[in-house]
Amino acid sequence: MGLEQKLGHMGVVTTTLEQMVNWGRTRAMWPMLFGLACCAIEMMGAQASSYDMSRFGMELMRASPRQSDLMIVAGRVSRKMAPILRRLYDQMPAPKWVVSMGDCASCGGVYNNYAIVQGVDEIVPVDVYVAGCPPRPEALIHGIMTLHEKVKAEKIKEWA
Amino acid sequence: MSLQQVEVTTEDLRHLVSNRAIEGETVLLNMGPQHPSTHGVLRLLLELDGEIVVNCIPDVGFLHTGIEKNIEAKQYEKAETLTDRLDYLNTMGNNLAYCLALEKLVDLDVPPRAQAIRVIFTELQRISSHLVWLGTHALDLAAMSVFLYCFREREQILDMMEMCSGQRMMTTYFRPGGLWREVPEEFEGAVRSFINDFPRRIEEYEGLLSKNPIFLDRTKKIGLLSIEDGIRWGVTGPSLRGSGLAYDLRKEEPYSGYEQYDFDVPTSNDGDVYARYWVRMEEMRQSLRIVRQALDKLPKGPVRSNNRKFVPPPRAELGTSMEAVIHHFKLWTEGFPAPKASVYVPVESPRGELGVFLEGDGGPKPYRCYWRTPSFLNLQVLPLLSKGHFVADLVAIIGSIDVVLGDVDR
Amino acid sequence: MGIARSAELKMNSALQSIVKDLENVFAAEVSEFRGQVSLLISPEKIVEAARAMRDKHGFDMLTALSAVDYWPQREPRFHVVYEFKNIKQRLRLEVRVPLNGDEPELNSITEVFPNANWHERELWDMFGLHIKNHPDLRRILMPEDWVGHPLRKDYPLGYEEVQFTFNFEEIDQRKPRPKD
Repeated sequence: MGLEQKLGHMGVVTTTLEQMVNWGRTRAMWPMLFGLACCAIEMMGAQASSYDMSRFGMELMRASPRQSDLMIVAGRVSRKMAPILRRLYDQMPAPKWVVSMGDCASCGGVYNNYAIVQGVDEIVPVDVYVAGCPPRPEALIHGIMTLHEKVKAEKIKEWA
Repeated sequence: MSLQQVEVTTEDLRHLVSNRAIEGETVLLNMGPQHPSTHGVLRLLLELDGEIVVNCIPDVGFLHTGIEKNIEAKQYEKAETLTDRLDYLNTMGNNLAYCLALEKLVDLDVPPRAQAIRVIFTELQRISSHLVWLGTHALDLAAMSVFLYCFREREQILDMMEMCSGQRMMTTYFRPGGLWREVPEEFEGAVRSFINDFPRRIEEYEGLLSKNPIFLDRTKKIGLLSIEDGIRWGVTGPSLRGSGLAYDLRKEEPYSGYEQYDFDVPTSNDGDVYARYWVRMEEMRQSLRIVRQALDKLPKGPVRSNNRKFVPPPRAELGTSMEAVIHHFKLWTEGFPAPKASVYVPVESPRGELGVFLEGDGGPKPYRCYWRTPSFLNLQVLPLLSKGHFVADLVAIIGSIDVVLGDVDR
Repeated sequence: MGIARSAELKMNSALQSIVKDLENVFAAEVSEFRGQVSLLISPEKIVEAARAMRDKHGFDMLTALSAVDYWPQREPRFHVVYEFKNIKQRLRLEVRVPLNGDEPELNSITEVFPNANWHERELWDMFGLHIKNHPDLRRILMPEDWVGHPLRKDYPLGYEEVQFTFNFEEIDQRKPRPKD
């Protein structure tokens, strides 16, 4: 995307407002630290060397929900943790997205019993599901790329 | 799952905090389940006098998964996949503990090659667990580059696990009777290049941390644990060895061939956060020693027991032998029965003593499988260690005890 | 688990003298399986037995404390399992305490071994064994307002049913959905 080519000889770029806004949102999406269990270790691995998520704009992981856009639910959500998850989701300001990482967050995973919420979409609306137990860091990055594609196709009115 | 609600009022919990909190002199702060420095979902209720911790009440259970009840519903070999996910940094160690307990219960033999490879993988897993511990501990104390270096090394170990079993973390590579399958040819070369390369990496981490005045200031004389307190509260592992007692299950009650290998048990007499850090760094070096000896002495032979009553036959035999087909069918549909008895097998995990209490009832499913997890007991001692320290020191203490919440909550 | 006199079972001599002493003082039944010795002691005597083990015989660490539920059998319904360890002499000993009925009570051994605190809270939470003289008996792993004791055998696993085509709509209506 050579910006210089688009400038032409007048130094002016034309695009739609939607594209600008979505471009800004995808290029600097800050995830909130929500690593619960084993998937959190792979998420840390994706953030660290070898599979660096900072290349995609996610330089830091904010611990405070008020300062983040993306909640990556990494790990199994137990019934005791579920109300807290919902409260944190409500504390995030719009626009916000949720990536459900791993099998336990997507569908209950290996555990089909009294203590685990069978899929975090019982509690929060999920945008992208990443499968795996735990998913490789590359799978997580692919999930985030998919989310970027989804965000680029959004209209501004959705979050107005 | 229940629909009734039971009322829990603050009156019930009043006995936990001192009178000063109720009068309003001290502040009750909730260090909630979602916090950057609690390693997982741990909730701490802190009673603070200014910045000093008067009392600290841990509230666990946010990761309770009901694994013990799930294990009771599956057959013995199929339940092993659930055991990886308890202490998710020591996945092969959990598999080892379960397999040893099961082999003791049904009296199954393990060939020596399988025992040696189990030792290699357990020690590599110990190194990778200590690397994650070091990375997150240093990250909490604001040394961020150590975190990146540690994960770079960890990728090499995960590559070796993936080479043998196909999975990076939850491998279920150890099976009752030995291993799932033979290691590939590249395995030995990869392990040798790792153990030749790693000692200078440990020196790199020590160069960044051990003489660093900020690190020393934040870790010396913080969180003192005496040996008597440690034994009374059931603390095991590097946390107890950091106080001076050389108690390591690999030496006291050796399993899986550990008596053949020559290694030291590092201890330190200080009992503070720095001592526990030092013990774990030395343990990484000793683990390398064990891996080198095991790799040099690696015997040839089969990697899984031949006892067809418990171990399924290899697929190649299924075309030629009728007994193999019958054994295969019986084992994968119904499973093998275990006697109506119980065993308790302890193993040394990177956090302490990991014990499996397995009781059978004559059928193919475990009747009760209780996991004595080290982090559950090590966390109990946190209020004792943190009295009188600042909140910032509390972060260092939690890091030094090395809790993994999957272990605590099962 | 066969029940036999301690003199006939194979165990090392140090353990044998300890087991003989405990057997005589507390009227315990001894059993042994694959080299591991287990004593069956009745519930009233457990606190003194724990104290004797710690003070007289040097078993200074309680390594594990859990229970097994033998429902639908009621006499005994539960066996509470204590694992003790003598660090200096490298000995391990298991003690089982049988409990009858559906709401049994047991004395706490936190005054002898403080680390039994969280273990006994877990026994209350998971099995419903009421522990007397415990300083802080609350639920530890389940949420505080949970009803029921999950690890009992008559508590269901609580799993989600599979949605096949014939019951798809019926289960779909019961599935929880988030309020956006």
